[in-house]
Amino acid sequence: MKKAVTSALVLASLALGAGVAQAQTGLLPQVKARGVVTCGTSPGLAGFAMPDAQGNYTGIDVDLCRALAAAIFNDPQKVKFVPLSSKDRFTALQAGEVDLLSRTTTWTLSRDTSLGLNFAGINYFDGQGFMVRKKLGVDSALKLAGASVCVAQGTTTELNLADFFRANKMKYEVVAFGSGDETIKAYESGRCDAFTTDSSGLYAERLKLQIPTDHIVLPEIISKEPLGPVVRHGDDNWLDIVKWTHNAMVNAEELGITKANVDEMLKSENPEIKRFVGTEGKFGEPMGLSNDWAYRIVKLVGNYGEVFEKNVGASSPLKIARGQNALWTKGGLQYAPPIR
Amino acid sequence: MPTETVQPGKASLLYDPKIRGYVYQAALLAVVGFLLYSAASNAITNLRAQKIASGFGFWHNAAGFDVNQKLIPFSASGSTYGEAFYVGLLNTLLVASIGIVLSTFLGFFVGVARLSSNWVLSKLAMIYVEVIRNLPLLLQLFFWYNAVLKPLPNPRQSIDLHFFGLGWPSPLLTGLMAIAAGLAWLLYKSSDRLANSDRDRGLVKLVSGVVLTVATVIWLVYSGILHVVSSGFLLNNRGLYLPDPQLGPGGSLIVWTFLIGIVASIIFRVWARKQQEATGKQYPVGWIALGLIVVLPFFVYLVTGRPVSFIYPEIAGFNLRGGIQIFPEFVALLLGLTTYTAGFIAEVVRAGILAVSKGQTEAANALGLRAGPTLKLVVIPQAMRVIIPPLTSNYLNLTKNSSLAVAIGYPDLVQVFTGTVLNQTGQAVEVVAITMAVYLTISLVTSFFMNIYNKRMALVER
Repeated sequence: MKKAVTSALVLASLALGAGVAQAQTGLLPQVKARGVVTCGTSPGLAGFAMPDAQGNYTGIDVDLCRALAAAIFNDPQKVKFVPLSSKDRFTALQAGEVDLLSRTTTWTLSRDTSLGLNFAGINYFDGQGFMVRKKLGVDSALKLAGASVCVAQGTTTELNLADFFRANKMKYEVVAFGSGDETIKAYESGRCDAFTTDSSGLYAERLKLQIPTDHIVLPEIISKEPLGPVVRHGDDNWLDIVKWTHNAMVNAEELGITKANVDEMLKSENPEIKRFVGTEGKFGEPMGLSNDWAYRIVKLVGNYGEVFEKNVGASSPLKIARGQNALWTKGGLQYAPPIR
Repeated sequence: MPTETVQPGKASLLYDPKIRGYVYQAALLAVVGFLLYSAASNAITNLRAQKIASGFGFWHNAAGFDVNQKLIPFSASGSTYGEAFYVGLLNTLLVASIGIVLSTFLGFFVGVARLSSNWVLSKLAMIYVEVIRNLPLLLQLFFWYNAVLKPLPNPRQSIDLHFFGLGWPSPLLTGLMAIAAGLAWLLYKSSDRLANSDRDRGLVKLVSGVVLTVATVIWLVYSGILHVVSSGFLLNNRGLYLPDPQLGPGGSLIVWTFLIGIVASIIFRVWARKQQEATGKQYPVGWIALGLIVVLPFFVYLVTGRPVSFIYPEIAGFNLRGGIQIFPEFVALLLGLTTYTAGFIAEVVRAGILAVSKGQTEAANALGLRAGPTLKLVVIPQAMRVIIPPLTSNYLNLTKNSSLAVAIGYPDLVQVFTGTVLNQTGQAVEVVAITMAVYLTISLVTSFFMNIYNKRMALVER
């Protein structure tokens, strides 16, 4: 009996102590003390976040986390990846299990305003599409009336799907699964006529099918899906760090700074580049970082264009065109505020 | 030297084990209460600090997503998160209640079969129990889902079950029925050779009786349905499609006759038992119930001029349109839950029957009771006392396990509510709390009714 009371009291003090310790000290000192950034990613989406044969995560979302680790620790390996399903991601972030989500998450008003979250930018401009079997003979999403559609639950995808069929006055049957893997498996087994997710995801998931060429992605894009990293409310410094990590990568591409030439750029006389690599001004200190933070990102991870090409672009199995993810100077939407 | 004054009151108050017990209990209660309070207030403070909206305001907001299997009207355009909750809840209750009934039947059958002295039967039952009990349910669900889906064709090549000669009177079904009845009869006749104890003989006879009854009921019901509905039983990888009955004028009379038949059968059974206790005369309760519940409504159906029409499923675009659709996710989940839970129930039943001492059977025989009545009147009622409490646990497990539905796309409470609704609203605390409350309520209600049943079956000691 006595033992039970004592242990209960110990438990109580632990619970309360933990609660107090968590309160308001800022994430950056915690991350520095911990020595590692915890980053919530997809459990496996080719090109965005996917463990390779050696168990190393690769992908565009992964590289954002690596860039963050490069800026903070000068070591892109100091990241702990936490694979999260679309269902669990916000809870994990809210509960503090991860420092940020870098996980193909669509920026919407309700998520930004009512979930206690902040979006830190857009690292991929996407839109929702459909994939069907070629032999179905369907060439447009508008011909999907009466179709069964497989979808992963807990996403904006589910809502866009309902909106699209409602707006076009078409009937359909939805089959929702807990994870993306189960969804694509059900589609492959013939449970559904169509599979829907963000179009980048369609290309990625298609690689998992037995004969990828038997399936086509329909031309209609039924929604705007600005995907980007997310952090918790209430830590402006951490928000700045994540936001500017992405901005640095985009700026680097615009300035022509690459992984290969970044060391030469240290000698550059161009004031914009000097500010970027930290040889002029003190742009890292206000964030609690070193002044060569942006140099480290490009040196250790690469600029936005390099990361894009490597993971989802021409030199990857996905072969997604730059399209609207090209820089604003080349007719795309990627635009970063200047470092000055 | 001052005389020591003994204060019996104080001393006994401090050292009275009873009072000390109360003090400790109160202390523990206070600590637990304090823990709960601080956890709750901590959560509220943190939610406020993070500016996460809280409260139940989301309940009446438009949901904006669709659910395929729904027992109440639900659509993306007009329904709310609250209605999504009810859709999920009803789907959970549906699969759980049907699963409980089916797993009880299967579990009793396997449990009895495992005790049979027929080597093949008992070993088969043993293999079933060991395999089913030792594999994770989630794995079995994936197996069933794939087993259900894989062999089925796409909707354009739907299998027409009518095509297989299931017309009325179905030759195939009648043949199968005849085989089942023959097997049951053989089993019954050879029970003396198959079993070497009276209890086992009783069990074999019980099993043969169940087989015969089930075969008869299936044949009657199916033939009856097929007599009314000429076709429209289609099977494909989107599910099993059945004709959707539409009641015409006078159609409700059939439903009422059916319901009255059930009530009348129960009343008759109670009356017949009283009569038997008073006079010893026995009545054919089973046959009269069959007449009241099945034959009479069918007669009313014929007399009222067949006022039932059907909407038949037909191919339209990708899928079938019309008719009642039974989703493969539902079938897979039901199969998985039923076979899994039946494995455990079988062991409970076996333990219950083994718990009844052999002396009880011998005593019944000494009174001149035959094997069948011995089992029915002496062994089973005593076994039930051992069976019911663990049976309740298995019912609760089945209900809770139905939440694994999320893996195979069946829209149960967890999938719809803690899945989609939680994600769309972000109200993790509220949604999870409601879901926990629902499962707690279902469990408590199940336990409550099983406890009433247990009390009735329990040994009355004087």
